[in-house]
Amino acid sequence: MKPFTYERARSPAEAATAAARQPGARFIAGGTNLLDLMKLQIETPAHLIDVNGLGLDRIEATDEGGLRIGALVRNTDLASDERVRRDYGVLSRALLAGASGQLRNKATTAGNLLQRTRCPYFYDTAQPCNKRQPGSGCAAIGGITRQLAVIGSSEACIATHPSDMAVAMRALDAVVETVKADGSTRRIPIAEFHRLPGDTPHMETTLEAGEFITAVTLPPPAGGRHFYRKVRDRASYAFALVSVAAVVQRDGTGRVALGGVAHKPWRVEAAEAELPRGARQAMSAILTGARPTHDNAFKVKLAERTLAAVLAEARG
Amino acid sequence: MANVSIRVNGEGRALTVDTRTTLLDALREHLQLTGSKKGCDHGQCGACTVMVGGRRIYSCLTLAVMHEGEEVTTIEGLGQPGNLHPMQAAFVKHDGYQCGYCTPGQICASVAALDEIKAGIPSHVTADLTTAPQVTFEEIRERMSGNICRCGAYSNIVDAITEVAGRQA
Amino acid sequence: MKFETPATTNPIDQLKVVGQPVDRIDGPRKTTGTAPYAYERHDAVPNQAYGYVLGAGIAKGRVTAMDTAAAKAAPGVLAVVTTLDMPRLEKGQMNTASLFGGREIQHYHQAIAVIVAESFEQARDAAAMIRVSYARAPGRFDLAAEAPKAQLATGDSGEGSGAPHEDRTGDFEGAFAQAPVTLDATYTTPDESHAMMEPHATIAAWDGEKLTVWTSNQMIAWGKRDLAKTLGIPAENVRMDSPFIGGGFGGKLFLRADAVLAALGARAARRPVKLALTRPLVANNTTHRPATIQRIRIGAERDGRITAIAHESLSGDLEGGGPETAVAQTKLLYAGANRLTAMRLAVLDLPEGNAMRAPGEAPGLMALEVAMDEMAEKLGIDPIEFRVLNDTQVDPEHPERPFSQRQLVACLRQGAERFGWSRRNATPGQRREGRWLVGMGVAAGFRNNLVMKSGARVRLDAGGGVTVETDMTDIGTGSYTIIAQTAAEMMGVPLDKVTVRLGDSDFPVSAGSGGQWGGNSSTAGVYAACVKLREAAAQALGINSSEATFADGQVRAGNRSVPLGRAAGAEGLVAEDTIEYGGLARRYQQSTFAGHFVEVAVDAATGETRVRRMLAVCAAGRILNPKSARSQVIGAMTMGVGAALMEELAVDKRHGFFVNHDLASYEVPIHADIPHQEVIFLDEVDPISSPMKAKGVGELGICGVGAAVANAIYNATGVRVRTYPITLDKLLDALPEVA
Repeated sequence: MKPFTYERARSPAEAATAAARQPGARFIAGGTNLLDLMKLQIETPAHLIDVNGLGLDRIEATDEGGLRIGALVRNTDLASDERVRRDYGVLSRALLAGASGQLRNKATTAGNLLQRTRCPYFYDTAQPCNKRQPGSGCAAIGGITRQLAVIGSSEACIATHPSDMAVAMRALDAVVETVKADGSTRRIPIAEFHRLPGDTPHMETTLEAGEFITAVTLPPPAGGRHFYRKVRDRASYAFALVSVAAVVQRDGTGRVALGGVAHKPWRVEAAEAELPRGARQAMSAILTGARPTHDNAFKVKLAERTLAAVLAEARG
Repeated sequence: MANVSIRVNGEGRALTVDTRTTLLDALREHLQLTGSKKGCDHGQCGACTVMVGGRRIYSCLTLAVMHEGEEVTTIEGLGQPGNLHPMQAAFVKHDGYQCGYCTPGQICASVAALDEIKAGIPSHVTADLTTAPQVTFEEIRERMSGNICRCGAYSNIVDAITEVAGRQA
Repeated sequence: MKFETPATTNPIDQLKVVGQPVDRIDGPRKTTGTAPYAYERHDAVPNQAYGYVLGAGIAKGRVTAMDTAAAKAAPGVLAVVTTLDMPRLEKGQMNTASLFGGREIQHYHQAIAVIVAESFEQARDAAAMIRVSYARAPGRFDLAAEAPKAQLATGDSGEGSGAPHEDRTGDFEGAFAQAPVTLDATYTTPDESHAMMEPHATIAAWDGEKLTVWTSNQMIAWGKRDLAKTLGIPAENVRMDSPFIGGGFGGKLFLRADAVLAALGARAARRPVKLALTRPLVANNTTHRPATIQRIRIGAERDGRITAIAHESLSGDLEGGGPETAVAQTKLLYAGANRLTAMRLAVLDLPEGNAMRAPGEAPGLMALEVAMDEMAEKLGIDPIEFRVLNDTQVDPEHPERPFSQRQLVACLRQGAERFGWSRRNATPGQRREGRWLVGMGVAAGFRNNLVMKSGARVRLDAGGGVTVETDMTDIGTGSYTIIAQTAAEMMGVPLDKVTVRLGDSDFPVSAGSGGQWGGNSSTAGVYAACVKLREAAAQALGINSSEATFADGQVRAGNRSVPLGRAAGAEGLVAEDTIEYGGLARRYQQSTFAGHFVEVAVDAATGETRVRRMLAVCAAGRILNPKSARSQVIGAMTMGVGAALMEELAVDKRHGFFVNHDLASYEVPIHADIPHQEVIFLDEVDPISSPMKAKGVGELGICGVGAAVANAIYNATGVRVRTYPITLDKLLDALPEVA
């Protein structure tokens, strides 16, 4: 870990201003991913802005009938919120499927969105990685790829996004609210929040430098039955091989987002028209253009079978 | 370097630490409270579990300077030899440990996990999200899954926690 | 004391303390966080500085240059010692790869520098400032690809199992060719990591020429000897202390880089130095269980009698290393007149392969016991009956050698009864419960019982307290407690009058913790010392020692009863002895046996396997403490589930390293993976093993578990996977359509 200076911000705007003032500054909230990466010098901020005191830890009803989730709401608290449990079960389930009790107590809503990949080559600083060190190459391609992306990947990067929460939020059409150093705010639909790797896998979101997440809003409840099915080798405390977030209506229509398959939560809205025809048709449309490796080709079949199990449960 | 005051096991402790010092290293190296263990230093094992403000966290993944004025409870604060916390006594009775290295983390995590069930916090295995979770084998096993025991004392640990939960109920 | 003839009645047989399920005496310290592990000895020596170990970023080649200027100038840095500062250090007797020194890199994350600083944070940061230039050399990283070049190799795991490079009895090929029912199958097991919770750690302090290390090591005498050898100093100048060890499983049997680099760092910094290997370094810097490719051929008559059995195993290691002795159990487990075992060793440039819990048998039984299941199915015989039919009470290669005790059949029969084996449907894929396919599996467990020379010193004080000192270690096995129980039984005092001090090289040399020999051998050493102490006490009290009884804190003879403490006088009374073994092990085959039963549920859609029930029935001599022995077995069963379902060090065959080198990516079982586990110990005393009449049990618990899980998965799904771990991707293609 490189030495850094440390300050506690008192307002979102002040946090954004501080970040703009100090090159190499990073916000820290839960810190469960950032500190992990700082110990390995994968992240090397010169200045940390502690945003835990900003009071962004409330979940409020919006005028539209949805929910506004403060950026600092802890994963445990979001998963436990009665409105979330009742109306956005997929989100509660996704959060509870992620990490461990200790991590969920610390990790925040915004931090969860900003998690970085768990690709083992990203984590090993002796290996080339375009995400960690742009232009150095990708050691994962041709290497151990069982956990890595099957779709949306590039010649530069085949990493996956590790979040469960973000997959559910993608299915729910969440919107990320931010503030910039100049005080301006914007609302980023979650579909546009995470990027595919392309030639710039080190750029993972559409946030600008210093831009600060203040909240995530959920639209009014979509109804239907909510599922988050996470498939992994051990029964808990592991990242997904494949996960399926689904909201299924009585008539068999619905929405599906996948985790564990791409550099971002993977959802193809156009493919959802196929849902009433069954998992095979739907997944074949969702994963059109998949380019799996020998080691992770099973994820395509696994995604289809997992969706089939979810749809069967939705019918039952 | 930075100054920080933390209440540890009920006692105010003023520390001058490197900003890089984790809460875990502050406890182990500065305060010489070595009951909290460093198994991985990356939030992957649970041996460093402590309670901050009554909630369990991994102390390896948080900085000491971020805990100004907060209340930290470590294994040393739960009980001492000759004055064991009921959970510590249950671990001894059920042989819920072997090498002992993950044990303080398991005990801190289990005390907090039972509180979480009482507080109605659901888990991955809670069948119905709209009702309060119950103390079951399945719930305990899921909630304790952030604490690895490579010696494999799990079956005994769950017996110990179940006994304490039953006594509390 | 020389143990040369079978044990007769002795004070241990009273079983007032020994054999009782008493709580561990170190429990209150472990559960309160007050048991001190290596890195935590703030009290040991003042002024400790922090060390940080840097590992090589290539698998094979040379270090051409190291730029340490920035690191040396970094705040707080006291010393930087690099591998270029010295020629390659001499290797310890137990090491295959060099631990430090010289330009050559033999494996990934081999230590190339230690940085010493005032604080951990400073040392870690400075380590990242070192710029290393390498000249890479091509390496051999793919076991299957190296198979054609592999040579026959004799092997001894050093932990109990061994086999000649090739061993033949009768005419295997002829008998196999004529057998009406045959199986010829190949199984693979992956590289596995010990992944003990406490990383290797040491505090080192020099006092002139004398070195003390507070460390985490299973085998104190080996560690002391090899540290001295590596540093080129006399062994008498080294003291090693390791009273609490946060898990080992074989990963801390040997001297490792932590102790060497703490010592070198302390010498350079002229300060005591503490360091621990970082978790990402452990998998590649230290040792691992090597991968195997095993071919098993079994030929049988139609009635199920085995006529021919062959087990051949291929594994790899660095130049000068040895094979994984995966064929060892096949020499002894089943009858059959025509037999063949062979081991081949390929040279690989991966990190050093070495002992991990039940080396040999653990991976060997993962193959053999699946082969037995497959063969039983071919024969149309229940897998338990097939094993019973081929039981042997003598060493099948040397029929003149009986087993000292062999209750395998009883283990299987009792287990079947207890587990409800009769409810198993022999046709796979038939039992469906909701989304789950459910199946049961069985496997035999087998592990040899080794006996090792072991010494102890016992001291009696005037208050009637007894203190035991031995360099034996407690790696979670319960050594503290069973040693205390032994001394309490022998001296006739309650358990709380016994103090046990372990793990210090100043104490008498013991068996140490390895090869499941520690429990029986170390307590036998304590027994020997206590026999001497009893004699000395009787003599001091003027009692004929053959008439003396020791009970309730009293020494009694005839009508006379004297408090034991009176024998000690003001000075205390000390006795020391070592148990040594004669030829019984050659005349009798000493082994331990188990029946492992597993029920799994496999998700019919996703192929996720979840273990529902587990039972082990064990026959392993006298059980010294049923509570801690049970823990040993359930822990081993848990590790067996890991081996069956998830554990695999993933080899990058291009760059030659284990990619998943942390605890997030090398998955071991967690709470949610493990159901309630049941363990039954059969009544058994084995007078051939030692005066304790006990045997090892800590490794028996893992032997066969992986195969029982695999067999249960087959029974649940009808899919036979011969490549471990059995992850869902290997089942997916054969699972039924999702309704």
